[in-house]
Amino acid sequence: MDVLLTPSGGKEHLLLGNEAIVRGALEAGMAFATCYPGTPSSEVPDTLYRLRKQFPNKVKYYFEYSTNEKVALECAAGAAASGVRTLCTMKHVGVNVAADPLMTLAYVGVNAGMVILTADDPSLFSSQNEQDNRYYARLSGLPMLEPCGPAEAKEMTSYCFELSEELGSPVMIRTTTRVNHAREAVPFVKLGKVKQTSKFKKNPMQYVTVPAVSRNLHLRLLNIYNQAQAISEQSPYNQIVGKGKLGIITSGVAANYVMDAVGDLGAKSKIKVFKLGFTYPLPEKKIARFLKSVDKVLIVEELEPILEEAVKALAQEKGISVEIVGKVAGKVPAKSVDIEAPGFFSRAFEYNPRLVREVIAKTFGLKFTEPAEISLAGMPTPPGRPPNLCPGCPHRATYFAVKEVAGDEAIYPTDIGCYTLGVLPPIKAADFLICMGSSVSSSGGISRATGQKVVSFIGDSTFFHSGITGLVNAVHNNHNFTLVVLDNGTTAMTGHQPHPGVNTEAIGDATTHIPLEPLIKGLGVQHVVTIKPFKVRAAKKAIEEAIAFEGVSVVISQELCPLFARRVAPTTKRVFQVVEDKCKGHLDCIKKVACPAMFVENGQARINPLQCIGCALCAQICPENAILPVKAKG
Amino acid sequence: MSTQRIVFVGVGGQGNLLASNLLGQAALAAGQHVVVSEIHGMAQRGGVVESAVILGDATSPIVSNGEADVLVSFEPVEALRLLNKVNKDSLVITNTRPLPPFTVAIGAASYPAPEESVAFLKKKLDKVIAFDGQSLAEEAKNPLSLNMVMLGALFGAVDLPIDVKTMKKIIRTQTKKRFAAANVLAFDLGYKAAA
Repeated sequence: MDVLLTPSGGKEHLLLGNEAIVRGALEAGMAFATCYPGTPSSEVPDTLYRLRKQFPNKVKYYFEYSTNEKVALECAAGAAASGVRTLCTMKHVGVNVAADPLMTLAYVGVNAGMVILTADDPSLFSSQNEQDNRYYARLSGLPMLEPCGPAEAKEMTSYCFELSEELGSPVMIRTTTRVNHAREAVPFVKLGKVKQTSKFKKNPMQYVTVPAVSRNLHLRLLNIYNQAQAISEQSPYNQIVGKGKLGIITSGVAANYVMDAVGDLGAKSKIKVFKLGFTYPLPEKKIARFLKSVDKVLIVEELEPILEEAVKALAQEKGISVEIVGKVAGKVPAKSVDIEAPGFFSRAFEYNPRLVREVIAKTFGLKFTEPAEISLAGMPTPPGRPPNLCPGCPHRATYFAVKEVAGDEAIYPTDIGCYTLGVLPPIKAADFLICMGSSVSSSGGISRATGQKVVSFIGDSTFFHSGITGLVNAVHNNHNFTLVVLDNGTTAMTGHQPHPGVNTEAIGDATTHIPLEPLIKGLGVQHVVTIKPFKVRAAKKAIEEAIAFEGVSVVISQELCPLFARRVAPTTKRVFQVVEDKCKGHLDCIKKVACPAMFVENGQARINPLQCIGCALCAQICPENAILPVKAKG
Repeated sequence: MSTQRIVFVGVGGQGNLLASNLLGQAALAAGQHVVVSEIHGMAQRGGVVESAVILGDATSPIVSNGEADVLVSFEPVEALRLLNKVNKDSLVITNTRPLPPFTVAIGAASYPAPEESVAFLKKKLDKVIAFDGQSLAEEAKNPLSLNMVMLGALFGAVDLPIDVKTMKKIIRTQTKKRFAAANVLAFDLGYKAAA
């Protein structure tokens, strides 16, 4: 049995923030969950998927990996409007994809509790930007709660279902990486009863958003805001800690840094902290009283100055003249490093305990002796250790073949997945990337505007997520480029989640498999070819023909991700070795593809037999045919 | 109560996150307040993996530069890479067996000799424990048990508010059955190497 399915409450368990969110949903009797995976949110859906698979008789919820976040939110909206408790999870940039349904779902509301998780990623540990999704609460008008750690994440998730039903509105819960990926003791309460099915009650005046209906629904939304604000004023998640004439207002994980700093500075009797958890609507009356009770206020919030601007506006409106400080407007940190302490609050990157302590000390004139740092002058330089495509990764072979054919001159729009690592030398086949699906659509723009040769890359999951509409556009508007679909049969980057193109039999799911080639042909692409990337010569020939084709051509490069294959279709291939007598040290194998299983010794290439999985790419590159399989024993 | 901030660093595949998670579980079992933090996403792709275990009163899940009491490194140059985490009173425990990244293989970077790395650590810090943990993992008949060796070394070198019995019980019950005995042996070998 999994600890997350413990029926009773009472005990504490060490949980990852994302597992705590799952437990919170289960304690609330969640019946329906949809998602698109993405760091740092992925362990929420992955845990729901795993539990359902491992304990089909114990779990009572429906769960799906949806094709993208917009689809996930719309599917969830249908379930919640029908009257079952629903969770929908995504990473911060996923909310951009789901923004269209989000704005109007806020108007129509829900008929049972619905919680939307947005997992933000300050400092961009695994994302293309660090946007602050607290703005989405303000943009949509939906209430938002922000936990400071796993225990609160569990409690708030449960509470958000209640709140959602009280208001008849979806509720957003916003986390950051340090909440999703922290572990702490989480106290359990008992699992909730699950209402698995319901009946859709027709009510076009609420659910069909023609203008005449939506005008009224907007007023409904504004009334919900007022109602939610009254609840926020009383919420135990908006709590004042300590006493003193110096004030701090904070929220999310930064609240922990503040509490630790106040302790470290020995200022518990001087500093009063307003820790906000129910952050939209803000408890304005309570904040106004707080502002009046102190001599100076520091706002501690990561990313955008959202609280700061709201508090300053409130002070102005209420005629409160207390000094309010936070971010230093216009000041930008000198370096883009993670846990550095630039000595002031800016709009870039996550905060950390030391930075918060330093700024609090400086703002309020408090003393603290920092630990004695050591000088790193003269330190041997550690070699860079960027993440790299795995040994035997089929993307490496596809990149090699494409580069052989199209060289450095072609423009390579790319997309989001493991294969984005193709940006690194020696592959260097990534020239443009802004979001999921941008490879396909931007290719049309680049080739039209420049006439240059364009070859773009997209993974199979990303293609289903948002490549299809771009490809239809390209065919319809007669663009001219080659799209390579890197079909490794799974969503590799985020942890091997299924998607519509996955061979569902292999993983034992009862979902339906949608093969890529007929789909792409059905979209009207005139030149479609499927290749096996480890058959280098044939792959190169097929790529050459596809690139020579005038118009939109698609190459589907099909080979399972080796990490995924190890689980679903294990094979044992013979590993390769370099024959020392034959190797003349050209090192093409290393210089052109940089497989992590290879290294140089005495000017010759060598293969680490523990890492090699026998993909045979290097053997086909070697001009001396010096790379051969290790002979079977006996 | 005082706070102990322990940072683990290693390379994807070395089992760093399992080590910090098990230490967290042991802390909870021992009735200690604990926060663990991890960086996910690139772990299987050969990048640097970092995690932190914070024991005591603190509620922050991360450790700022200069504030780690102990840095446990699974690889010698990774100890250097995270040296800005420590201060002059900190303890560094490092495995000395190199795991050169592919940037070295393609000639884009050079790999400092492990002795040179350890010599630098010793020049800067009074408390350094450096040993070939990988050979102890091999001695324990599970080359993947370096994480248990390093966890053992942490217990051997540092006075933690968790007793060794509790830690070993967690290792026995929370790691894969067929590796449990080798993992406990690896822990013991690491403990002895650092005690």
